[in-house]
Amino acid sequence: MAKARGSRVQRPTPAREHEVLASVPRDQWLAVYTQMLTIRVFEEHVHDLWRRGKMPGLAHLYIGQEAVAVGVCQALRPDDYITSTHRGHGHCLAKGAAADRMFAELLGKAAGYCRGKGGSMHIADPETGNLGANAIVAGSAGIATGAALSAKMRGSAQVAACFFGEGALGQGVLYEAMNMAALWKLPVIYVCENNLYNEYTHYAETTAGEMAARSAAFAISTTEVDGQDVRAVYAAAHAAVQRARQGGGPTFLLCHTYRFHGHHVGDVDRSYYRSKEEEQQWRSGRDPLRILADWLRAQGTAQPDDFERIERSVRALVEAAVQFALSAPYPEASEVHQDVYA
Amino acid sequence: MSMPETAATPPATGAVREITFGQAIREALAEEMRRDPRVFIIGEDVAEAGTPFKVLSGLVEEFGRERVIDSPISEAGITGLATGAAMTGMRPVVDIMFGDFLTLAMDQIANQAAKVHYMSGGKLKVPLVVRTTLGATRRSAAQHSQSLHAWVSHVPGLKVALPSTPYDAKGLLKSAIRDDSPVVFFEDKMMYTMRGGVPAEEYTIPLGVAEVKRPGGDITIVATSSMVHVALAAAEALAAEGISAEVVDPRTTMPLDTETIIESARKTGRAMVVDEGYERYGVTAEIAAVIAEGAFQYLDAPVRRLGAMHVPIPFSPVLEDLTVPTPETVAATARALCGRA
Repeated sequence: MAKARGSRVQRPTPAREHEVLASVPRDQWLAVYTQMLTIRVFEEHVHDLWRRGKMPGLAHLYIGQEAVAVGVCQALRPDDYITSTHRGHGHCLAKGAAADRMFAELLGKAAGYCRGKGGSMHIADPETGNLGANAIVAGSAGIATGAALSAKMRGSAQVAACFFGEGALGQGVLYEAMNMAALWKLPVIYVCENNLYNEYTHYAETTAGEMAARSAAFAISTTEVDGQDVRAVYAAAHAAVQRARQGGGPTFLLCHTYRFHGHHVGDVDRSYYRSKEEEQQWRSGRDPLRILADWLRAQGTAQPDDFERIERSVRALVEAAVQFALSAPYPEASEVHQDVYA
Repeated sequence: MSMPETAATPPATGAVREITFGQAIREALAEEMRRDPRVFIIGEDVAEAGTPFKVLSGLVEEFGRERVIDSPISEAGITGLATGAAMTGMRPVVDIMFGDFLTLAMDQIANQAAKVHYMSGGKLKVPLVVRTTLGATRRSAAQHSQSLHAWVSHVPGLKVALPSTPYDAKGLLKSAIRDDSPVVFFEDKMMYTMRGGVPAEEYTIPLGVAEVKRPGGDITIVATSSMVHVALAAAEALAAEGISAEVVDPRTTMPLDTETIIESARKTGRAMVVDEGYERYGVTAEIAAVIAEGAFQYLDAPVRRLGAMHVPIPFSPVLEDLTVPTPETVAATARALCGRA
């Protein structure tokens, strides 16, 4: 296969970004806001279900990072692929999964996306292009890149977006996959969500050199964006998707973001690895929902009524989804043997 | 499980050629690639080089570099890519040059490919074949000589094939490529030049069906891959001494044809298992347990097993040859089981 040409680390050019953003109807940003709020409210209910002892196991909340999943998925076609992570509820919802079947999966119910066999960390929904969340850090780097290889071989013009946290930069398989994606110009976007913490350890303790230099070493087009600004994420993702679809090869999209909650729902005492002040600064100053809401208000696209209306409908939808899952039946015992082999 | 559908030799009808084990593998791949455009090969030095064993020679000329893909030396990466391609409409065949290198791809095989179907509630499928090698006595030392099929046989979601003849190799590989589950396919690198009868006409062999390679009445020797030939040589020696050994080749360890194995052990009343993997916690232990559970009341002696010695495979030929079962050690064990020691 042909080798790709070199490239450099870049930010989206303001003119190009402006052009892409200007082409999105303003109402569309209300839909984007609705989706981000859906993820936020979904995760609040996950947290609540866990605290009330209604949810088995653990969950890793996506609150604070909503702009990344929604901004990227907004740039994808329904038949494009994503792979997700242990912190994956936001990716699944952004790609089109329904909240009720997701909650059912989180509770281990038969109505869940994986009939209760996957749980929070393994939601897969091929109908929306979701090839599954992965509980091995960087575990889906190969799968997403392989989906891109498959798309190229089949000539389907599909693109694969591979979501992972900055902790995945410690895993070798990511670099093996990136090397092949660059060599063979595969239509894959590596979305690195730098939320600052590898579980309970700041990335500075684990990550030598510059994050963006890693992909640049493979001559992969590399873009850094403010991951709290959904419009910036969308503009960068849009450019990456276009390049991938036109045969231009992979992109490394480095999104700077923040995990508002702990590593998982049970990670309550966080003082040994980060301060309350730091958390408060991000929550009050860098909340992706507020950043978009402020912009919508400034543009005159949305009035206070609109936000109240959206919030009412989102909360009603998510609460109904929770009730659906709580009252849904568990799988039959006989299902334990099903689907080990295809 | 059903009884074997095929005899130890190819059916008498139709033309039968003598070809090598390596040629049989190549024919299976070529036929499946002609039949199904979704099938492709990815691995290190698989194209013009045709692998160091020359098993794939000629395939790139027929199918091109888009379908016979030379990869970087990245076992985890290529197995991961193949898993993703398999999940999205392709049917990849990954070439892992030496079975020892499975360790590098183990997360992709055991945590990804093996589990995707189950974890997704049956919605995603991984029609993937990982071809690799096993077998010692090639003077390749500790990192190029292991037989690690027990590792993958241990993981739910994977099927595991270990052909012992050119005929089985071709028929099983075609079935593996058509299977919708991931299959790890082990080829004994010492057998690539071994010749055997293979029909000119197309055929497949189902996964999960053992074959009696030699019928006998006094003792059952269950043997896999390379050890089938060791067992057959032992059986020949034993026959001269009046001991009639039945050699059963499971052909796949997952699914395992427990019915044929148990039936043979019940018939002969004595059983031993020979496999080139490490004996401890290995395939021999599993099959011995199957026999003990299924034929205990029919047995006149405890089940014995012979596998590779519990040492890293040494380089020195004098030492290496001690680590694996031989016709002599198999025959001696069989004699002891039959009270003729």
